[in-house]
Amino acid sequence: MMNTPQQVKNPTSSLKSRFITRFLGALTKINAEDPISSPSPTRIFQRYRRIKVASNKSMAYSVRSRRIWSRAMLSRFRSRRSAFSGRRSSVKTTNCTTINVTINENKTAKGGLDMQTDELRELVPGGEAMDVCNLLDETAHYIKCLTTQVQVMRKIVDFCHLSK
Amino acid sequence: MSSQRSTSSNKITDDELNGLILRLQTLLPQLDQSRHGRVSAAKVLNEICSYIRRLQNEVDGLSGRLSQCLDSMDLTGFDAEIVRDLLQQ
Repeated sequence: MMNTPQQVKNPTSSLKSRFITRFLGALTKINAEDPISSPSPTRIFQRYRRIKVASNKSMAYSVRSRRIWSRAMLSRFRSRRSAFSGRRSSVKTTNCTTINVTINENKTAKGGLDMQTDELRELVPGGEAMDVCNLLDETAHYIKCLTTQVQVMRKIVDFCHLSK
Repeated sequence: MSSQRSTSSNKITDDELNGLILRLQTLLPQLDQSRHGRVSAAKVLNEICSYIRRLQNEVDGLSGRLSQCLDSMDLTGFDAEIVRDLLQQ
């Protein structure tokens, strides 16, 4: 029986601390590379994009390759960086594909669920290649990580305003 | 947390599917089980998708806010304090 995130503190807090360390490091770097004196709208926009990437990247790196979604996200970043096409590269899915053959038989029986998972597959990184089981499992973890991201970023924004 | 499910066969059982859907339901504060009991899988997935979108948009919005207030603070200065405070949650 799964514990709610509020009860299971230990695994979440070590992930959280890894994320905090990485993200703060990235923010410090972004801050250092940008001239403070001229915050033009263009620079602010560029900074916003860098911060957003830094946030998602920091979380994906903190999860490392333990999850399908984080692997998918990391390979997406890598392929972007090497200037290949920006489409999602297919993650190692050899295990999933063999299972998929059997799962599809179940899927057609649960027609409605199939349609619903289509939308979910687009939202979860690497979702399109996952079987239903993995998709639902990965979704739960992905949501927990997103909420951690939001929680930490909110606190940093609060600190920003407090220090002014 | 293991992502290995059925070891005996490759087919997902209804129970396993329901278990996974139920776990997702616990992540949704608006579909609190004590008040709503069992909700249809379709509804849970629908709410989950909205929830993910909302979270992704929040990351987006917070990135925007950080981009505006970042220049006015010295991060290296109170790094350690922030980390300690954030970890205390």
